[in-house]
Amino acid sequence: MLKRFFLVLLAMLLLATQAFAQSEPGPMQTVLQAHAEVIAESSRRTIGPAIDAVAGSGLPQAQAVLEAWQAKDMWQRQSDGWFFRAEQIDASTYRLIDFDSGDAIGEADKGDLTQLKPNAGVRGLLGTALVQFQLLDPDPARRADALTSLERSANADLLAPLRASIDPEADAALKARKERLERLLTISYDPDEAARIAAIEEMAGDLGVDVRAALNPLVATTLRVYAGEVPGGINVARVLRPGSEALPRDTAYAMLAEAGLAPPRVTEGDVRAALAAHIDAGNVGGVPVAELSDPARRVGAYTALAAGGLVPAYRTEAEISAALDAHRFAQIYAEPSPAVTGAAEAALTRISTKVGLNQALDLGLDALSLGSIYFLAAIGLAITFGVMGVINMAHGEFIMMGAYTGYVVQQLIPNHTASIAVAIPLAFAVTFAAGVAMERLVIRWLYNRPLETLLATFGISIALQQLFKNIFGTQARPLTSPDWLGGAWVLNDVVSISYIRIAIFVLAMLFLALFLFIMKRTRLGLETRAVTQNPGMAGAMGINPGRVNMLTFGLGSGIAGIAGVAIGLFAKVTSELGQDYIVQSFMTVVVGGVGNIWGTLLGAGLIGGLQKGIEWLNPSNTLAAQTYMIIFIIVFIQFRPRGIIALKGRAAGD
Amino acid sequence: MNRTFLARNPSVLIFLAVLALFTIAVTVMSEGFGMGIISTSFVKTLGKTLTLALIAVAMDLVWGYAGILSLGHFAFFGLGGYMIGMWLMYERTRQIVVDSLASSPIPPTDQEVVDAIGTQIFGVVGSSEFPPVWAFADSLTIQLILVVAVPGLLALIFGWLAFRSRVTGVYLSILTQAMTLALSLYLFQNDSGLRGNNGLSGLQNIPHLDHVPQSVLSVWFFWASALALALGYVFAAWIVSGKFGSVIRGIRDNEARVRFLGYSVEGYKLFLFTVTAMIAGIAGALYYPQAGIVNPAEIAPIASIYLAVWVAIGGRGRLYGAVIGAVFVSLVSTYFTGGQAPDINLGFYTISWVDWWTILLGLSFVGVTLFAPKGIGGLFDLWTGRRTPDRHGADLGPDMGSLREKEAEE
Amino acid sequence: MSALLEVSGVSVTFDGFRAINNLSFEIGPAELRAIIGPNGAGKTTFMDIVTGKTKPDEGRILWGELGRSLLKMNEAQIAREGIGRKFQKPTVFEDQSVQENLLMALKKDRGPFRVLFWKPAGEDLDRVADLAEEIGLAEELTRKSGELSHGQKQWLEIGMLLAQEPRLLLVDEPAAGMTPAEREHTTEILVEAARTRAVVVVEHDMEFIRRLDCRVTVLHEGSVLAEGSLDHVTADQQVIDVYLGR
Repeated sequence: MLKRFFLVLLAMLLLATQAFAQSEPGPMQTVLQAHAEVIAESSRRTIGPAIDAVAGSGLPQAQAVLEAWQAKDMWQRQSDGWFFRAEQIDASTYRLIDFDSGDAIGEADKGDLTQLKPNAGVRGLLGTALVQFQLLDPDPARRADALTSLERSANADLLAPLRASIDPEADAALKARKERLERLLTISYDPDEAARIAAIEEMAGDLGVDVRAALNPLVATTLRVYAGEVPGGINVARVLRPGSEALPRDTAYAMLAEAGLAPPRVTEGDVRAALAAHIDAGNVGGVPVAELSDPARRVGAYTALAAGGLVPAYRTEAEISAALDAHRFAQIYAEPSPAVTGAAEAALTRISTKVGLNQALDLGLDALSLGSIYFLAAIGLAITFGVMGVINMAHGEFIMMGAYTGYVVQQLIPNHTASIAVAIPLAFAVTFAAGVAMERLVIRWLYNRPLETLLATFGISIALQQLFKNIFGTQARPLTSPDWLGGAWVLNDVVSISYIRIAIFVLAMLFLALFLFIMKRTRLGLETRAVTQNPGMAGAMGINPGRVNMLTFGLGSGIAGIAGVAIGLFAKVTSELGQDYIVQSFMTVVVGGVGNIWGTLLGAGLIGGLQKGIEWLNPSNTLAAQTYMIIFIIVFIQFRPRGIIALKGRAAGD
Repeated sequence: MNRTFLARNPSVLIFLAVLALFTIAVTVMSEGFGMGIISTSFVKTLGKTLTLALIAVAMDLVWGYAGILSLGHFAFFGLGGYMIGMWLMYERTRQIVVDSLASSPIPPTDQEVVDAIGTQIFGVVGSSEFPPVWAFADSLTIQLILVVAVPGLLALIFGWLAFRSRVTGVYLSILTQAMTLALSLYLFQNDSGLRGNNGLSGLQNIPHLDHVPQSVLSVWFFWASALALALGYVFAAWIVSGKFGSVIRGIRDNEARVRFLGYSVEGYKLFLFTVTAMIAGIAGALYYPQAGIVNPAEIAPIASIYLAVWVAIGGRGRLYGAVIGAVFVSLVSTYFTGGQAPDINLGFYTISWVDWWTILLGLSFVGVTLFAPKGIGGLFDLWTGRRTPDRHGADLGPDMGSLREKEAEE
Repeated sequence: MSALLEVSGVSVTFDGFRAINNLSFEIGPAELRAIIGPNGAGKTTFMDIVTGKTKPDEGRILWGELGRSLLKMNEAQIAREGIGRKFQKPTVFEDQSVQENLLMALKKDRGPFRVLFWKPAGEDLDRVADLAEEIGLAEELTRKSGELSHGQKQWLEIGMLLAQEPRLLLVDEPAAGMTPAEREHTTEILVEAARTRAVVVVEHDMEFIRRLDCRVTVLHEGSVLAEGSLDHVTADQQVIDVYLGR
């Protein structure tokens, strides 16, 4: 009983509140009602005061109103003209929510409501108005979103809200972003010239792409033609003389013709069309049609037609010169203020100098990383070819096998870090085994017959390539690097290097150390050097040359396998992977000086640096860079036939 | 010693007789001139094979006789193809352009014709201008000269640089391979002026011979290829039979010794390298009109290595060995990779020859190198009783790179 | 008597090791000379320098009546000037017949084009036959030289040198590995050759040198230690210390 009583009481209370709300508009509703007509009309031209009133009302619910409005969720009740946010319940019923209280105040039939459908222009204005709220949003993520959208599409109106939001900003990173954006928007939109120039000068040393994006529109020009002198009051970048490199005569005259300032030139096509149109009994202008394949006869025929007034006459050189002389061609800044454009030009010059320096640094890093890739690919070869003197054309296929080992491991172990950790020793094991097998079965029968070794290992190379093609197919297989190697180390907008390349550089250095350690500090290294220098004597001293050769060759092949895993991380893993590296690897070893690991290092650095350098001179063309690099190497070998670091005298074997 | 050249080289006569018989047989069985047992496309394959045999003869001269393992002769072959291809494509396009412009009311000027040809040929690489390398494309005579001149000049410059700095053995091989790679990469560019990776195409349509059916044309080209092979073979045999042959074989076996006899080893190598490059150019100029298309992929280093494979399988240091190797391997390859060979069903796995042929070829090549260094040609020794000198264990000779002579001496 | 070959103040260094140290040497147009010295004395390097295989760091080498420098010439040019060299190990072209070997060595134009069109005339074949007679290989003309015995190869190489008609012959250990009878024959060939030209023999075998009966130059650590008749140098205390005494 008591329960029922309370329920009734509650219902009455609710009804009362509702009735009260309906009778007494809240503060926001009041603001909205004051502009009800323009809001309902929803036109970009007239809506301004309404938005301003809502945004400037100082009410906490203003943001919700604007957002609902922008999202087309604001509806007007036809009975009393009040505005509500409405949520659809079913096809024809909507729940109305009051802006001021945020409470649902009941349901209404769709027929009793009118949806406000702001067009794109109005929504843009709403967005602008919203930014100031979003920039001050308590949620830092939303503030960051707002900044991102601002950075992407800014306009003059957003400058003021942005400035207003800087001081209250608590998050230091966001504050820095806001301040930077404020400077950029000042450059682009501040009505005060002095403020713009100050901002330009402040940002002049900045390498950011956004700064250049803000400055570039300021110095953008269009080419215009003026009859007589260039009128004053225009921000002229430069006046161009027809016939100069920037403005060839033909282009200049075509501009005149297009602007209607001079009659167009008669083109070859015009002549042909005109002649074809005036064929008269096998003759044109008194010239037989058959003779018109002669250019001189054509001119004659056309001149005859022109003399008869049938076609426009040729423009003579004198006429063209006169027309060009009578006009001025100038590049005009879109930005009217010369002070601003001047400051922008100066700032861009400073930036581009700095960008150039940083690009050189970036290029250096690129070259270093390419060099370390070549070094990595070549270091196994430095052992098999450099130390042992065995030409192994299948070296590239060992690299490829290492990469495929990495791929297979990744199929079995989904964790990328773990799979790489497993793949590296496994790749070494696989290619070590392959190398040992190849040495035992083929190469050891061919020592001292290098050309035959070359051909036999080439046979193995094509067989291995086709075998892997048969197993894995022709399409590229991915070898994904662990996430912690995914990003890049970004110094600024110009200089950056991906972690994977740093890792490869480190790996290359590790291998160098490993190589030096094995060759200089271990028994195997000592025996290897002994066997390569004098197998007979080494054998006499109790070293088993066969075993040493086998192990050394296996070691070189195994390192190729590890290199394969590393290369597979950034290149496509295909059966032709090795081919891309084999010639460069041999070049690296030969250019560096056979039999010397430091030479190989220098060779890799030289080839990497050279290739990047040539690419930089002609960035569109990697193929040409490789061509020129190879030509350079051929010429280089003229001057240092034994490589950068050459063994001299009797040790050189001549 | 003073007997006539042919009397001293009976193998040349035998070879010419076999070639003549083969040519007559193919002609009789062709579609164009005979019973039509052999299809036109197979006549073309045979014609191409003969030109491959010609470049194999050149390769044998430079490798089997002089010991220079060049991995660049297919580059010269491709260049020869490009040179003749330029004229074929230009002239053919000119015919088409002139025909199409003939219907226009005003006869075209020469410049208009050239412009239209340029648009036709270079449209595919987004250009319409003739690059300077096409300057002589309108003249068959000059392009025919360039067929030998361009490969010859490239070989001369490269060879001069390489031999002058005494690059020998495997180093030279790698260097020639690098040269080939550089050339093919260069041609792959669109702005090389030779249509980038599109290459030159439609070369099988010979200008002014539209009325001749391909079945007849293919036999003509077959004859030309056979003639070129015969001349090239006789020329090569003549080169190697005299004192020049002695000297180059001496260079192969012991370069330093030849030098101390007063022969300028570099000059001989350069001469031979250049001459064989020219022969390769001629072979290419005959091959590509039969193939119909030449593109940079043909020049890739792998092609030149295959050439070495043919010669090695056929037998180095004997000209007929090179011919046998080229004919045998290229025909067998065509058979297996062309999909005609029946697959072998093992129950659990079906061996498809298209996939497995290359593996078989690679491995058999390893086998030949290891177990039969004399190649197929070595079989003839069993018949003629020719034997190699007993070297008392000193493993000098064509198998050795000159680089290793010193080590072998020690 | 003006010298045919004059080597003066020549030095050469391999990686810091001075193989030849301020060496001076002279030989007349028709003289037989033996060079002896311990291992590493620079005998072979000396030959390498004269024949152009190794370029000296300093010094000069003058040749012939006109005193032309050999330093600017390559091996082939020096050989064509008339300096022939025989290596320690017989190096003949084993894949070619004795006749082909000798024909190749015959003094004729060496240019590629002349060689290409060259045909042996009757007199050339006669000359080859004479040479073969001289070196005792008349019966073996058409055999492949690879089938010859070690001694025959040595002779063939000497025959090839003679065919070159050099004015100076450099012979490195010609008697190594020969039977006594073969040595006898070799001595005769060399003494006969030295009647009309200069011959330098590098040899270890004192007995062989004694039979040559000629002036002897002793090399030690890259320079000349003593020079004179065999009796003279073998009496030299220094020579005994560094070479003979051991």
